Amino acid sequence: MSTPANAALDRLATPWLFACALASALPHVLHQPVWLSLLAGTLLGWAFWLWQHDRRLPGRWPLVILVGAACAGILIEYRSLFGRDAGVAMLVVFVAMKLLELRSRRDAMVVVTLACFLLLTHFFHSQSIPTALWLLATVVLITATLVRLHGGPACTPRIALRHAAVLGAQALPFMLVLYLLFPRISGPLWGLPADAHSGKTGLSDTMSPGSIARLAQNGDIAFRVRFDGPAPPRQKLYWRGPVLEHFDGTTWRPFEGRRPAETLEIISPPIRYQSTLEAHDQRWLLALDAPTALPDDVRLNGTLTASSRKPVSERRRVSLAASLDYRFNRDEDPAILRRNLALPPGRNPQAVALAAGWRNAGREAILGKALALFASDFTYTLQPPLLGDNGIDQFLFQTRRGFCEHFAAAFVVLMRAADIPARVVGGYQGGEFNPLDDHVVVRQSDAHAWAEVWLPGRGWVRVDPTASVSPSRIEAGIADALPFGEPLPGVVQWRADWIRTLRFRWEALNNAWNQQVLGYDPERQRQLLARLGLPDADWRSLAIALGLACGILAAGLLAWATIHRPRCDPALALWHKALRQLARSQVDYAPWEPPLALAERLGQQRPELADAFQAVVNAYIAARYGKPGSNLETLRDAVARFQR
Amino acid sequence: MRLVTFLQEKLFRWQSDGTAPLRLGQRRIFILPSRGGLLYAMTLAVMLVGAINYNLALGHLLVFALAGIGVAGMVHAFRNLHGLLVTPGRSAPVFAGDLAHFELSLANDRASPRFALELAAPGSEPVIAAVDGKKDAKINIPLATTRRGWLALPRVRLSTRYPLGLFTAWAYLQPAMRCLVYPRPISHPLPPAAPSPTGGDRRGDGGRDDFAGFRPRQPADSPRHVAWRASARQADGGSLLVKQFAGGAQVDLVLDWQQTDPGVDDESRLGILADWVLAAEAAGVRYALQLPGQALAPASGEAHCRRCLEALALFDA
Repeated sequence: MSTPANAALDRLATPWLFACALASALPHVLHQPVWLSLLAGTLLGWAFWLWQHDRRLPGRWPLVILVGAACAGILIEYRSLFGRDAGVAMLVVFVAMKLLELRSRRDAMVVVTLACFLLLTHFFHSQSIPTALWLLATVVLITATLVRLHGGPACTPRIALRHAAVLGAQALPFMLVLYLLFPRISGPLWGLPADAHSGKTGLSDTMSPGSIARLAQNGDIAFRVRFDGPAPPRQKLYWRGPVLEHFDGTTWRPFEGRRPAETLEIISPPIRYQSTLEAHDQRWLLALDAPTALPDDVRLNGTLTASSRKPVSERRRVSLAASLDYRFNRDEDPAILRRNLALPPGRNPQAVALAAGWRNAGREAILGKALALFASDFTYTLQPPLLGDNGIDQFLFQTRRGFCEHFAAAFVVLMRAADIPARVVGGYQGGEFNPLDDHVVVRQSDAHAWAEVWLPGRGWVRVDPTASVSPSRIEAGIADALPFGEPLPGVVQWRADWIRTLRFRWEALNNAWNQQVLGYDPERQRQLLARLGLPDADWRSLAIALGLACGILAAGLLAWATIHRPRCDPALALWHKALRQLARSQVDYAPWEPPLALAERLGQQRPELADAFQAVVNAYIAARYGKPGSNLETLRDAVARFQR
Repeated sequence: MRLVTFLQEKLFRWQSDGTAPLRLGQRRIFILPSRGGLLYAMTLAVMLVGAINYNLALGHLLVFALAGIGVAGMVHAFRNLHGLLVTPGRSAPVFAGDLAHFELSLANDRASPRFALELAAPGSEPVIAAVDGKKDAKINIPLATTRRGWLALPRVRLSTRYPLGLFTAWAYLQPAMRCLVYPRPISHPLPPAAPSPTGGDRRGDGGRDDFAGFRPRQPADSPRHVAWRASARQADGGSLLVKQFAGGAQVDLVLDWQQTDPGVDDESRLGILADWVLAAEAAGVRYALQLPGQALAPASGEAHCRRCLEALALFDA
């Protein structure tokens, strides 16, 4: 039963550590370079092989050389040993290395703590429900590993896992209380490394042929919107991003510099909505045209684009309002109008000549001519042919195949050549209504570009040339507008009803997760505390509440641990019941009196009780000292009879 | 050092008389984070800072879950000791230089097993034990012995790091247990047998003659007279020895303090006497033990041998 103490690791505990390292490092395979995954995998395999064949672990020098080589590789790959991604890569290497020097329990503790740390780094890439589930399982595994490490060989995997599950269940209330009450600080504590928010997809602030088509092949969600009232029809949903005024022949850029504030005349009543933006690392909020009410730190930037003071580097919820019918800058600054007539000199002569011929017609007629041109025999496609220096000419007169940025760019060039101020607007168009949670989901594949022309007396007016080419793009969405076989993301293309329902469910669940769990921020915390009767709670009262709640939980746990109810032998319990009856019958007895002697004494002193009591005594002796379990019923009956 | 001892005595005061079974209650159990626990806490702190800095909601959740598991682990470590019933057992006498074994019985009347209970006395190798649910386990605490006399079991530290190793829970046990340590035998030839002064007074043994020494066995010797134990003690494993009897006169072996070499110190003389007692007992003869101020009448058998060794162990020179 007893073994000498030994801090060395027992052999069968090691696979647990391998499992921990594997479970915590595996999801990083998705994000890190292949060579790093191969290196870590090889180290793990090596460690496992050594363990399986009971070989000696490698000495210090091979490990030092390996670490040096891995660091050099990371340095070359990431150009740094620090920073977010390089740091994660180092951690992965260290965990794998540590498996090659597992000698004592302390080494095992190091592996476990490194694994915990690695778990945290998954959240840089994803905080979705599957990630959370994977992590939950890994936390249980890590806990079971700790239990197994310290329980010794007597602790079987079953016991270890069960104990870990109990510990995890008991940790849940603490986790909830801490999550809700721990004082939340928003924003970074110090400057984040340069790669802190790398790998975010979204609209960029320039547009060249193919840039939006590339984005449209991505099925990720850009933002979700919930309207206070019914959602407007999708052809009215133009989500405004950057306004691009400067054209150099291939690329459209926004005008850098200050501009006067907009004058906006609202015609239709504003519609209120909440938008939850995924991080895209740009400042625009993709508000519905035209924004009428904005949060505090958001301004219109002069081109009706709602811009935040800081880039949206993490998921953000904003409350906005929009008026779908509006007049925008009826009196525009002449300098701005001049700017929106500029064309790169010498480029696209055919298009310029064509539009110059339209100049004498009225403005409305010019618009109509241009749109009619697009409606004739242009093809809307995600895979347009490549264009050269005079891209607009090539597009208009030769290839005639393009995506929305081609149409918008060509339209604006034609308008400018016809002396109508015009510019390109980037953003998203449409969205998919999820009836399960009443949210409109806008994906990267809904990315769009359209044009805006300035007409005297009407201000800037939206014109979407894509609508002339492919009306279904605006009315039904990109999946209807493109033939099957275009490289659209699967989530957008597969539209069988049951798949769509499943997807709606999954997305609604994700949305709830994002809003309720991940979206818990200082603001939500304040609201919760106000509801709990702690309005304007500062961190001090939060700390008190937190301490109190944790104290109560810990006291509960301690009470559970200390309550010690020795299970009484059932025969003994029945015997005590009989003795209590004896006391009620005014019989004195001593607790130590043997049953048989007591029965005999009773026979002399209280003969009227003696028979029934003798039956109890006989049954008790049979139950306690006879064959186990067989005579308990007899005793119960005897006691019941005695009590009568 | 003495202050530390004093404080330990005061703080971890022992309230039981040490003979009764002891149930570990919460006032007897102490708990502190272990080195692994400090490492864990430090990791969690760094992780929390990271989660705040990068504003990772699930990072917060992970850190808080791990912290909750740590707290639950603390309570479980406490629970691993709480309610354990410790009963002092027996300890068999040993010769100085051997390991004395103090037996403690740990009874677990909870249904769940208790793992990784570590018992350590100062100067002993720690012993790790597990007690299954509703079972008890006998634990032997080994303690090195150096000198003869009573060896009391020093305060035993019963500790556990189960389940997570983040906290060490411990309790001090001081059962009133002692172990008799006999003098270490020092090999020395037996003194010659002499007629016992008390021999004439004793009643006869009904035909059993008195021992006079050993000689190698010859084929005609009765197997009844073979000194099996003495033969077994022969180093070379040679021929069997038979007891030689002197006809008529009662001869007892007297193991006398005075017979030992006066040139060596008292402890060595006791060691020589212990060796003689063992040799005489092995030979199966009657022997008496005479110490200054103390004499044991001739007899033989295990009980007599034990009495003699006890006298030697407790002899106050």
